[in-house]
Amino acid sequence: MGIHNSDDSSAATTFVIKNPTIKFTKLFINGEFVDSISGKTFETIDPRTGDVITRIAEGDKEDVDLAVKAARVAFDHGPWPRLPGAARARIMMKFADLIEENVEELAALETIDAGKLLSMTKARDIPHAASILRYYAGAADKIHGEVLKMSRELHGYTLQEPIGVVGQIIPWNYPTVMFFLKVSPALAAGCTIIIKPAEQTPLTALYYAHLAKLAGIPDGVLNVVNGLGSGAGAAISSHMDIDAVSFTGSTEVGRKILQAAAASNLKVVSLELGGKSPLIIFNDADVDIAADLALLGFLYNKGEVCVASSRVYVQEGIYEELVKKLVEKAKAWVVGDPFDPKVQQGPQIDKTQYEKVLSYIEHGKREGATLLTGGKSLGRKGYFIEPTIFTDVKEEMLIAKDEIFGPVMALAKFKTIEEAIKRANNTRYGLAAGIVTKDLNVANTVSRSIRAGTIWINCYFAFDNDVPFGGYKMSGFGKDYGLESLHKYLQVKSVVTPLYNTPWL
Amino acid sequence: MGSHSDDSSAASFVKNPTIKFTKLFINGEFVDSVSGKTFETIDPRTGEVIARIAEGDKEDIDLAVKAARQAFDHGPWPRLSGAERGRIMMKFADLLEEHAEESAALDTIDAGKLFSVGKAVDIPHAVNSLRYYAGAADKVHGKVLKMSRELHGYTLLEPIGVVGHIIAWNFPTTLLFLKISPALAAGCTMVVKPAEQTPLSALYYAHLAKLAGIPDGVLNIVTGFGPTAGAAVSSHMDIDAVSFTGSPEVGRKVMQAAAESNLKLVSLELGGKSPLIIFDDADLDMAAELAILGILFNKGEVCVASSRVYVQEGIYDELVKKLVEKAKAWVVGDPFDPKVQQGPQVDRTQFERILSYIEHGKREGATLLTGGKPMAQKGYYIEPTIFADVKEEMLIAKDEIFGPVMALSKFKTIEEAIKKANSTRYGLAAGIVTKDLNVANTVSRSVRAGTVWINCYFAFDTDCPFGGYKMSGFGRDHGLEALHKYLQVKAVVTPLYNTPWL
Repeated sequence: MGIHNSDDSSAATTFVIKNPTIKFTKLFINGEFVDSISGKTFETIDPRTGDVITRIAEGDKEDVDLAVKAARVAFDHGPWPRLPGAARARIMMKFADLIEENVEELAALETIDAGKLLSMTKARDIPHAASILRYYAGAADKIHGEVLKMSRELHGYTLQEPIGVVGQIIPWNYPTVMFFLKVSPALAAGCTIIIKPAEQTPLTALYYAHLAKLAGIPDGVLNVVNGLGSGAGAAISSHMDIDAVSFTGSTEVGRKILQAAAASNLKVVSLELGGKSPLIIFNDADVDIAADLALLGFLYNKGEVCVASSRVYVQEGIYEELVKKLVEKAKAWVVGDPFDPKVQQGPQIDKTQYEKVLSYIEHGKREGATLLTGGKSLGRKGYFIEPTIFTDVKEEMLIAKDEIFGPVMALAKFKTIEEAIKRANNTRYGLAAGIVTKDLNVANTVSRSIRAGTIWINCYFAFDNDVPFGGYKMSGFGKDYGLESLHKYLQVKSVVTPLYNTPWL
Repeated sequence: MGSHSDDSSAASFVKNPTIKFTKLFINGEFVDSVSGKTFETIDPRTGEVIARIAEGDKEDIDLAVKAARQAFDHGPWPRLSGAERGRIMMKFADLLEEHAEESAALDTIDAGKLFSVGKAVDIPHAVNSLRYYAGAADKVHGKVLKMSRELHGYTLLEPIGVVGHIIAWNFPTTLLFLKISPALAAGCTMVVKPAEQTPLSALYYAHLAKLAGIPDGVLNIVTGFGPTAGAAVSSHMDIDAVSFTGSPEVGRKVMQAAAESNLKLVSLELGGKSPLIIFDDADLDMAAELAILGILFNKGEVCVASSRVYVQEGIYDELVKKLVEKAKAWVVGDPFDPKVQQGPQVDRTQFERILSYIEHGKREGATLLTGGKPMAQKGYYIEPTIFADVKEEMLIAKDEIFGPVMALSKFKTIEEAIKKANSTRYGLAAGIVTKDLNVANTVSRSVRAGTVWINCYFAFDTDCPFGGYKMSGFGRDHGLEALHKYLQVKAVVTPLYNTPWL
């Protein structure tokens, strides 16, 4: 069932409470921190307790309009798109340095806002953001067009031009990483930006706005408008003067964004949506590696990862041994205060998610899946749920089909490689997949056969800056990471002129 | 006002090609629509019915998608090597070339396009597109990535799956091959919905495709109307991507349907109001030729028509004189007649729409220099029309007219020209006429459009990506860029052990 709570002799758990000072709570538009036009604010909650951390300015349509105006002036007339790539890069590198200098404060903000482990935010999320900025900074002066091979006496070439004012709408599970995944390629390309952080996690974004200004990002280039999806978010997707929108979040909201883009000005859309990614473990897998991958695959970041390996298919030869290890590890998993270095899993992000996950667990029980461990809330203040493993999960069950976004694994046995492939592909999603095998041919066959945007062989969550990431099918389209992601923020212009007196074509 | 080709011998030019194919092409067979319904296709020279064509609707699209899905998931096409797909596509291109006359005649009678131009330009362009992508099919590379820790990572460019193509009526052949060639090369299977105004050549090509060896189910053609068959494509839950060329209004609907259904990948090539900017140092004759062709080619029914012409004041009077001369001498008549330079508009709807814009132009106070009326004869013929002193706020300066109507105005400075050129929601193409290298560079970088032609116009080429900025759409046709609409990137990552270096 669970796990030990870190500490706690009493229900009124004594947390290793760190309450970082919240310095930035307003919207950041045209280089200034300003209240929302309406004066409204909204609460941001600490998921360890359900208590309010602070109130943040709530942006809506009018604030987005102001931000777009600033971004449009910055794009059409400001220095940013007109700088050489190398000059943009210098400023982005400075920005990365500032992030590293403030890692402690940023990690604490991220932890308290999203319930993410402090050890992870400090060692991974925040430093990773700096590396993403540096990757794209390094690309900024290498955005080449091509000279074309014409079939008659013409000289033709393409220019890769920044697309213009870009709207970015990001989720709450990786507030910092998402922020920089979106902002970095757009900045490198020379675009100007309005970014709407998730309403659950507004804190670090505003701090980054402050650092951006210190780094030398000119006013109007990077605007941060906090608010609700239905308010500021919708205003972005339907804005007539935003040239492209890039969204990461749920499939339901992604659909709304594409609809709004179509109904407004046909802006370019990219969507990174949900997943129900399969992890396929073959008989020849190293049991310990497989168990660790499977465990981390569904418990990392409390299961709030779009690529979580929420479906695990284990070949029958290795099944008993593996499941024994999985249940052991799940039971030993430490759930508690994310500020505590001993803890491996913090609280779910908010009440809504918490209730959603518990509801799916109830479905799993009702649908007849076998509950091996967990299956309950930790029963204390805050949004803590036990690592939960269901087995004998059938494809028709809701817990096999829907993205749960919590610490819930759906396990099943398989016989043949063909069966594994068929079941892996039996989903409307296609974000990622994992394969555990030593056999080269199995790895090649299965990686080519699964319809997903990223395949991890004998590893999982193996992201890297140069590796494009994004979905197949209803997991979306467009890539983050890698040089591919620049294309979301660029437009191709062809320039053609006749050639006279040319020695060859 | 444009001159007629000699009417007394008009009868001798009425070539009525035999219409051999009038049914839907699904899974390698010509079939009636499920409903049994048919629709008329009209000859714009006369307004008369050429033939009745099977009218596909949702049920027929469903059948076509089933066939395409089967062909994609289990059939040979995506599993062939790129080179093998290339061979079959080359055969297809050869067949298209062999039957150029018959194909061109179908487009002429269906769309009022010039027969000579169809034979010399449209069909060869389609043939070249097929061959270009046939040659690319075995060169669709992924990349090996530079990882920052002990991992081996690479990308695969995989065919996206079952693709829907919805194409326009102004270049029925060119557009069809522009869409299907990269999709075929990529290994996709597809359902094409040709425009209801121009179904004939598409069905002919289905026949040639089968002869060439394109396997059943790979290429399906469902003729029908936008709100029915077209809408069924955009909202189909089992189509992975849709590629559309047509009006912005319909493009919007396609994108909305994609959003409401399965979030399929969308690419749109929409309208334009492309500016042609002529500077004082331009070669007068070249500029006049470009400007005339820019608006009268294919009777103005071209998405990149240079419908707005900006002339620097120093050259204005002389150029305008030449333009009016050329427009008045322009021969309008039967598109089968080799002497004719401009055939009829594609149908009654377009014909009336263009005339309505001409009336707007007159009412809005633009100066009518020549034309401005329909031709006297039967059919949908309109005089080459030039309005001068056109102001940016006028409807004829803002809306895409899609007919032989030029909106002319004067400018002083390069900055003014750039500003006026960009003052449009569109961004498909632009032309610049100047000998000055620096003017050419400045203006080409400043105009927000997907293609900029310097001292030329309509200079398309198979390797040169084509598509819009702003509300002219997104996604590219032509060039290797076009393949990306039909491919998906898959990243494959695995740890490295005992590696000498990263």
